[in-house]
Parts: sequence; structure tokens; C-alpha cells
Amino acid sequence: MKEQLAKIRAEALSAIEGIRDAAALDELRVRYLGKKGELTALLKQMGRLTPEERPIMGQLANDVRAALEKALEDCSAKLEAEALKAKLQAETLDVTVPGKAVKQGHKHPMYFALDEIKDIFVGMGFTVLDGPEVELAELNFDRLNAEEGHPSRDWSDTFYFDKDSRVMLRSQTSPMQVRAMDTMSLPIRIIAPGRVYRKDEVDATHSPMFHQVEGMVIDKNVTMADLKGTLNLLAEQLFGRGTVTRFRPHHFPFTEPSCEMDVQCHKCGGAGCPTCKGEGWIELLGAGMIHPNVLRMAGIDPEEWSGWAFGMGLERTAMRRFKIADLRLIFENDIRFLEQF
Amino acid sequence: MKLSRKWLSEFVCVDANDREFAEAMTLSGSKVEGTEDLGAEISNVVVGRIEKMERHPDSDHMWVCQLDVGKDEPVQIVTGAWNIHEGDMVPVALHKSTLPGGKKIEKGKLRGILSNGMLCSLSELGLDERDFPYGVVTAAALLNDYKPIDPEKPSVPLGVTPGYRIFGSVKAAFVTRVENAGDGSFVVNCDSGGIYHTITTTLANIHEHDTLALDTEKEHICTLADLHAEQREFPHCINDGIFVLHEDCQPGDDIKPVINADDHVVEFEITPNRPDCLSVIGLAREVSATFDKPCRFHQPVVKGGGEGVLTELLDVETPDPELCPRYTARMVRNVKIAPSPKWMRERLRSMGVRPINNIVDITNYVMLEYGQPMHAFDYRYVKGGKIVVRRAAEGEELTTLDGNVRKLTGNMLVIADETRAVGLAGIMGGENSEIVADTADVVFESANFDGTCIRKAALALGMRTEASAKFEKGLDILNTLPAVNRACELVELLGAGEVLDGVIDVLNYVPQPTVLKVEPEKINALLGTNVAENVMYTYLQRLGFETTAERGMIQVPSWRGDVKEMADLAEEVARFYGYNNIPSTLMRGQTTLGGYTPAQQAERRLGEVCRTCGYSEIITYSFISPTAYDKIGWAPNEPMRRSMRILNPLGEDTSIMRTTALPSMLEVLARNCNNRNRSVRLYELGKVYLPGGKDGLAVEPKFLTLGAYGEDMDFFTMKGAVEALLGALRTEAVVFYPCTDDPSYHPGRCAGIRAGEQHIGVIGQIHPAVAANYGVEEAIYCAELSFEAMLAAQGPGAEYAPLPRFPAVNRDIAVVCNEEVTVGALTECIRRAGGKLLRDTALFDIYRGKSLGEGKKSVAFNLTLRADDRSITAAEADEEIKTVLEALERELGAVLR
Repeated sequence: MKEQLAKIRAEALSAIEGIRDAAALDELRVRYLGKKGELTALLKQMGRLTPEERPIMGQLANDVRAALEKALEDCSAKLEAEALKAKLQAETLDVTVPGKAVKQGHKHPMYFALDEIKDIFVGMGFTVLDGPEVELAELNFDRLNAEEGHPSRDWSDTFYFDKDSRVMLRSQTSPMQVRAMDTMSLPIRIIAPGRVYRKDEVDATHSPMFHQVEGMVIDKNVTMADLKGTLNLLAEQLFGRGTVTRFRPHHFPFTEPSCEMDVQCHKCGGAGCPTCKGEGWIELLGAGMIHPNVLRMAGIDPEEWSGWAFGMGLERTAMRRFKIADLRLIFENDIRFLEQF
Repeated sequence: MKLSRKWLSEFVCVDANDREFAEAMTLSGSKVEGTEDLGAEISNVVVGRIEKMERHPDSDHMWVCQLDVGKDEPVQIVTGAWNIHEGDMVPVALHKSTLPGGKKIEKGKLRGILSNGMLCSLSELGLDERDFPYGVVTAAALLNDYKPIDPEKPSVPLGVTPGYRIFGSVKAAFVTRVENAGDGSFVVNCDSGGIYHTITTTLANIHEHDTLALDTEKEHICTLADLHAEQREFPHCINDGIFVLHEDCQPGDDIKPVINADDHVVEFEITPNRPDCLSVIGLAREVSATFDKPCRFHQPVVKGGGEGVLTELLDVETPDPELCPRYTARMVRNVKIAPSPKWMRERLRSMGVRPINNIVDITNYVMLEYGQPMHAFDYRYVKGGKIVVRRAAEGEELTTLDGNVRKLTGNMLVIADETRAVGLAGIMGGENSEIVADTADVVFESANFDGTCIRKAALALGMRTEASAKFEKGLDILNTLPAVNRACELVELLGAGEVLDGVIDVLNYVPQPTVLKVEPEKINALLGTNVAENVMYTYLQRLGFETTAERGMIQVPSWRGDVKEMADLAEEVARFYGYNNIPSTLMRGQTTLGGYTPAQQAERRLGEVCRTCGYSEIITYSFISPTAYDKIGWAPNEPMRRSMRILNPLGEDTSIMRTTALPSMLEVLARNCNNRNRSVRLYELGKVYLPGGKDGLAVEPKFLTLGAYGEDMDFFTMKGAVEALLGALRTEAVVFYPCTDDPSYHPGRCAGIRAGEQHIGVIGQIHPAVAANYGVEEAIYCAELSFEAMLAAQGPGAEYAPLPRFPAVNRDIAVVCNEEVTVGALTECIRRAGGKLLRDTALFDIYRGKSLGEGKKSVAFNLTLRADDRSITAAEADEEIKTVLEALERELGAVLR
């Protein structure tokens, strides 16, 4: 019997060794360990043994059963692992196939620039104002110190709705300065973005309608140094830390002193290149200290209050940001253009 | 404004290269737009004298020249030009030289003969006949160059002998000798068949052994035009050639100073408040102050002594003194009209002004130098010796110098004599008093006119001139006298005439000097600086401001009409202290609460949702064509057609302010469709402009317009986006109802949108006829939503509702009803009939089929039932569904399928 047990053990283990699928493994289990299995059959002959032999043989038989069960278990685990591996293998994807498109819309590049500027100023305690585009010439010109006879009042430059040149399409966002002075209490910190209109034929750099953002502060002891500080901050936020700016004297009827701010050319770092037309600098905006006449006309005493204001073109800022060469693209709204932003 | 640095250096010497100069001037307020080095591209080009010329042995048209270029040995150059002669001075581009346009010249062989460079024409030096009028060549028609168009039928036989009669008295003549007179003319000896002629001509291409076509009666050498010949018949007899110099120069001289290519011209952008800087002297003042270099000004000195008494010859009247504050005039007699000298022509040319003749050039020279426009009249056409500066009569006509007849109005100022206008004040002279070749007596006008009057007249006549551009900005009234004296001084310098003693000077307005208080602490407070008082005075004095007897006061120079108060002085101080030296500080003072208003936040939110739904943002023009309303199908009597109309639009297409943003959207969609973009979704949050606002302004409400077409777009896709938008604003009680009467939309595929009391807008498929008006065949979907209404219908903020603790029961029902019964009505009925347990009603199928019968449909819903405090039983759910079904049948005739 001992030999028979050893034989069953050897035969079964070697059989298990060669098993490659779960069904065959089950067959083996039945063949050796099943009710009518070989080991079971052998154990049924235990009765014929002497009482001395029985515990020894019993122990031996249990060992063989345990060994077979263990081997079957291991083999089963191995087969399962192999099966899983094969399944995963079969499920392999070509991960380079493009993802399923999520169709998202895009913000217009001009609004990209504007939203950024709005956030910067709101963070500094400014309020955003919206105002009429069909505007009184009085607010667009007279109240801004551009008296009768100022060239920009000409019908060749500005759109009018009446023969008396009283109602017009605003040519700048600056009348919002006057509207703010007339309606808000001091101190004032506002920006006012919006559409403005000038009688320019459409070309790569001109459009009869474009967008500006106006900014204005009126407070006690406001200085030109404050204007510079704020605009430098704006330039850094828009174009990155370390952006170099410069201020040049200029002329606007409603500011004195007036200036323009240039940003050092990002392409050449100031050495001069085609992007900056060899100047090393790119004009960004016009600004200045609010002209005392403008304050006086709004009933604000320039001896007590001072202020600064700036105005910048948004299309140009967006065009610089995104390297858009032709202004017409902005208003053409081709989806292939819009989708780039 | 262009500035010649050579001219500038007459007043102030600055040792700065172009870049440094431009930088410094720009930073002190005179913005430099660009600098041109007139000779940047020219190198190694010298003056050469032609010592010897021989015909090229292997060419029928080239010459081999030996030139003296100031070296020991002559230089040999081969040229194809025929207008040169021995003794001529010419520009020589030597071996390894450069010319304008990046052209490089090196030595080489031409048909076997070495050429050590090139002789240059005007254009090869970057010049044209305006720069050197005498450089123009006229060519004779040389028979030895004749190439018949049809070789079988030549008009003149090849190799004709002298005396051959070409036509009439025109005969072939053989040139025996040519003498170069050195002044641009030549003495030609020729033989027309035994008859010998000596002819002086300016035709420049004639040499010994050439054969001419000679009109033997008139002794005139024929040009191509005389023979009615085409250029290709005489390929080398061209009206172009080497630039033969008549300048004061020597062989070997650098060509650049000879042709004024050693000057550098700076282009300034001058702001309208600084008309004084539209002059060399004005800019010299700025340069002097910027570089802190002294300025040398010149006081004109006129010898005078011309025959006659000025006041007897000329009388000036100014009946409209407010339009002509000052009129200054002098007279010159026995004028000799001639070209002005080279130095004057060069200066004019470098500043972009074309030389004409000495008198006209002097007026332009003074205008450039002093910034004071000048005019010169021919005295013989000033009838009655009287100049009247008056308003034009309504409808009065004047032919201006440019040859145009101008119809004038009573708002325009003219310079007239006793009987008629002779000039348009401050704009342009009249043709009837123009300086011409035989002008003998000249009146110089140097006046001050009202800027607005001149500007309006120039604008009305569409003739903005150099003079009017200056006058309209307001000029220094004190400048007229020095300017007219300078003109007379130049007349004497050029020997152009005899200046009469005395000046006529009508001064209708005596300007009072502006005296301002210098308040250093206020200036520093405005600028945020700490500039010392004496430094401020230094800056101001450099600019011509003068201290007064009274301490702390300063007198503004007469040419600085723009300086009126403390802020203006502050700008002057800041300019020379340096804007970039002003510190950069952040705002102080009372803090303000910034931020976005609820409306601004809603705008942002709506934009985000649009983009999430796949719609991209567009910007369209606020003005549209009046025909746009027709294109979107609006009835002729549609009240919304009433629009703000621009009286001076760029064109009809942009002449009215839109009262709807739909046409703008449709145009953009059509453009995308034309550009073959297959699937497009767009939105615009923009204003419309309705007449009837306060003060005659517009009411400008904002609309959110969606527009889309393409394979993945239909009514319900867009409706989903609109629902998402309203959902984002937590809008409640939203109703979409059929809208069959909006002419822009498909009558069966359009819905009005309401939220409670608010009319939100409309959504639908664009009417195919409207789409066709935009050239689009595809289905287009649009939605027009009033931003104001959406804002008003915005729901309350979010509030947490507990998550359900008990399971829900879902039941599907399908009911058959008439086609006319809408899903909306069914849903509404289910909601009303359902009790507290009914939590959700979701449509999941609509079916139409023969089995249902004609005009019937089956609509299936999934109903969700739930209680908050227990699990509901099947019996409860059945009861609820039964109630719903009963209501559906009773109210809408919808029966369970």
C-alpha cells in the first residue's frame, strides 16, 4: 500500500505538472481525489490493514492528499494568473488612437486680453463700468478739453447722427471718465472697456470699430509716479515679470502731463528688429494726469484732488499677445481662427 | 516733420549718432519715427573726369573710357551709355563699391575688355530728375543705331551716305566733330552731303562718326519723336544715361557730399499742440534743450534799397480782422527767376520739398526754417496794388496753383486784389498771380490767419496743404516779421532781386505775453518727484521761458501757446527731468471696494456655459446695412426697423445701428459656410441700439445670440444649450412655446422662451428663405436671448436639499394621443396630476406608426416616484400612475398604449 500511495503521488504530481487548462485540472482532481478517485479507492482498502499499520498509512495517505491538494491549488492559481494575463493582453489598446473629441467653444482673443486686464484692476480695487456707445459729443469732446475745432471732431474722423454734430458714436472710451466723475463719489477708481468707433477704412491695422479700455483714478495726492507704478504693474501682469517699460511725453487734450508707455520689444530685447520696426520698443497705451480743466468742468477742485487716466487699444494688445498680423481676422470670426485661442 | 541734420547743425551742434539722437529726442517729447542716412547704401563711389573715349572694338554700342579719378593712373571703364563726352565729370562706382538697392559693383570684362567699375546714372544713385533736373538726357535719333522693325522693309536703308533724303528737308548727316561746351550743350559739326553744318544742341548722345537725321532747313537734329520712331527702332538712343555732373567737384571727390547723400534726415511725429516744432528752428530749440547745447539763432539782415516806395506800391486791407490777426508783406523788384543754388535745393529736397525756382524755393525754405507759411505773388497781377484779406463771396471761384477751379463759400478767407481773389488764404495761391519765368516784381506775404477758419476751408475743399496744416494748429503771431525779413535776406543772398525798404505790417491783435507762477511744491506733488526749484528754472529757461522782474513768475515764449497753467509747466519740467526718472509708486490713499457687479458676473458665467456647450465667441460690427432687415425677412412696417442712422457712414453697408444682432450672426455663419467650415457653433454677447434713449442717445440692451449649423446640430441640440444657459442662472419656470409668426424663423421650428413674466427670447431654425438670402442652403439654428430678461429671471442662489434616504420606484408609461398634443402639454398634465410622490417625469420615446392610426403618436415617459420618509409600496405607485393616466385621458385624450 505504501508503494501504491507513493506511486499515486508521483503519478498525480507529474500529471498536474503538465496541465495547461482549468478543465483538465478538474478532471485530474476527480481522478485522484473524487469520490471514485484513485486515492479515495485506495483509502477504502485501509480496513484490510493491521491496527498498527493503520495510523502510519493514514498519516501517509493524508500527506499524499495534502500534497495533491496543494499542487492542484497552485496549479489552479497559476492557470488563473495566466488566463488573466492573456485576457489583458487581448484587451490591449492602441493608445495613440486620438481621444473622443469634446467640442468646446473658444473665447475671442480680444476678450482674452480684456478679461485679464479687468481681473488685474479689480484686484486693485477698481470697479468696471459699462456705458453708452452712442454718445454726446459734449462728453466725448468738450468735457474732455477737446474744444470746437479739434481735428478729431471732424466729420471725416467721427460718425455723427445729427447735422449739429451733437450725437455721435464715441471715438474713445474716455467719455466714461466724465460719466464716472458726474455720477460717482470721490475717490474714484474705475476701468471702462468697450467698443469705440473711428472713420477708418478697413485694412490690416485699421477698423471703423474696435475696443479700448479706459482707466481712471481720482483721489487726494495722486501723482504721476502712481500712474507709472500702476501701469508698470499692468505691463508685468500682461507680459510677464521683468517686462521693461518706458514712458515718453505725448499729447492728449484731457491729460497734462501726458505720456505714452512703450514695452521693450519681446523679440529683440530692445536692440531693434522688424517686430518693433527697429525701435526696440512697442507702444502700448496713452496716459497722463487728468487735465485740471477736465476736473473743473466736472466740478472737482484740481487744487484738492488729482488723478490719472489711461486708455489702451485691446485689439492691438491681443494681436501682440497672440502674434496676429492682420486686424481683419479679429472681425472675420472664421472658426479656424477662433479655435486657436 | 522731416529734419535735415545738416540744416539743424546750422543752429545747434549735437555730437550724437542717429540712434542716440532719436532716443534722446523721443524721450524729451519729440517722437522720432525714423532716421534716414541718405548715403547709407553708397560706398566707394567717386567723381571721375572722362579723359578719353573710344568705341569698343567688338561692340556696336559700347564705349571704352579712361577716367581721371584723382589717382596717378587713369581707370578704364566700359559703358553702354551714349550721353557722355570727353571732359565730362561723372559718378564712378569703383571696383568693390556699393549702390542703393544693395547693388555691388566689381571689376570684370565686357566683351573681352577690362572694366574697373561702372559709371552711374541718376537712378543708380537713388536719385531722379526732381533731385537734379539738369540730369535729364534727351537723345538724338542716330541712324547708325537704326534697327528696322521689318528688316525687309527699312524706312531708311542701312549704311546711308550723307545727303540721303529721308523725307522733306530731313537728310542723313555725318558727324565730323563734336565739341563739349561743358555746360550741358554741344557743338556738332556735320556733313549732309557736301553741305557742312555747325549746330549747338543739348542732345547728349552725339559723337564723331555718328550719322544724324538732320532737318537741313531748320538745322535741327531730329529726335525719335521728330522721326515718329519707336524706341525699339533706336535701341541705344534712350532718354537716360550717365549722370553728368555740373557741380563744384574734382576728380577723386567722394560722391556723397556732391549729391548731398551725406545728410541724415530724421522724421518726427509732432503732436498738434506743438506747431512750433514744425520748423527747423522749433526743433533746434528742443534739440538744444534736450542735449543742453547752446542754440545759435540768426537775426535776418536786409540791405534793401530797391527802387520805389513800398507804401505807394502796395496797400493791405483786412476787413475781417478776427480771421487775419496779422498781415506782413514786403516787396522785391527786378526779380530774376532762376533755379536756386545747390545748397538750397539740397535742403529743400532733404526735407521732402521739390525745388521749383529761386522765389518759390525761398518761400518754402523760410516755411521749413521758421515754421511760418509764406506766399509770393506776382505784383503785376495784384490789380490796383491792393491786397484785401476778405471772406470769399458765396459761390466765388478761384483757380488754385494746382490748376483746380475751387468754388468758395463765405466762410473761406481769400487774398484778393481790388477786383478778384488771387489766393486762398493760408491754403494755396491762385494761378492768376503765380510766379512765372518772367515775373519781375514779387510781393512776399507772411501772415497769421485764424486756425479754425483755415482748417474748415481746407477740409471743405479737400485740400490740406503744408501751409494749412500749420495754420490750423495756431501759429506764433510774432513770427511773421522775422520770416518775411528772412525771405528778403535770402533774395539778396541769392541775387534774385532788389528788396524794397520797409515792411507793411497790419497787426490787428497785439498778443499779451503769458506770465505764470512757478510753484515747485505743486509741480513736485503732481509728478511725485523732488526736483529742486533752480533745476526747474534751468529746464524752463533752456526752452526760452524768461524770468520776470517779479520773483517766482515766468514768461512763456510767444511760440508756446500750449502752456497755460501749472500742469503745463509740470509737463515741461517732467520732460527734461526725464519721464523715466520719475519714480514708480503704487497707489495710496483711501481703499476702494472693487469687484464685478452681478450683471458682470452673469455675463462671465453665460460666456463660460456657451463655450462649454461648444459655442465660440465672435465680435461683429454694431452697424449694419439697412437691407439687413429685408434679408432677415422683416415686414416693411416692422417697428424694429426704426434705427439710429449715421449721417456720415463709411458706406451704406455700415450706415445704421443694429436693432437686432441676428443679421451680424447670419453673416458670420454664411462666411464660415463659404470658407467650407463644416460644423460651426458661435455666440456673441453684444449690444443692439434702439432709438429713444435719454438726450437723443440710444437705448443699448445686450443680447446673447447663438448661431450654429452642421451635422451635429439640430433644434434640440441648440435648445439644450439654451436650457444649460438658463440653468446656469438657476432660472425657474422656463417655458418654450411654439412661435409660428417670427418671419426670420421656420414657422414649425421656432419657440418663444419665457421665464415667469420675463420674455427671454426666441430659438429656432432660420427660415430657409432667410438662409438663402445669406447664400446658405444648410439648416441654420439661432437663438436670440435678452441679457436683461435673463438677468431679471435669474433664480435664487443655491440651497442644499437633503439626499434621498429611501429608494425610488421607476415606472414607464406610453400613451397614444393626437399629433397636436404637445409633449409640453403631456408633461405639464402628468406633473399636475402626480401627487407628492412624483419626483421626475422624463420623456424617453416618441413613436409614430401605421398601427397607431393616422394623426396619432405614442409618447413614452419614465416617471420617478419617491417618498422622503419611507420606501413606497408597489400598490402606492400603481395608484399614483393610475391617477396620472386618468388625467391624461380626461384632459388630453391620451390613452395608455
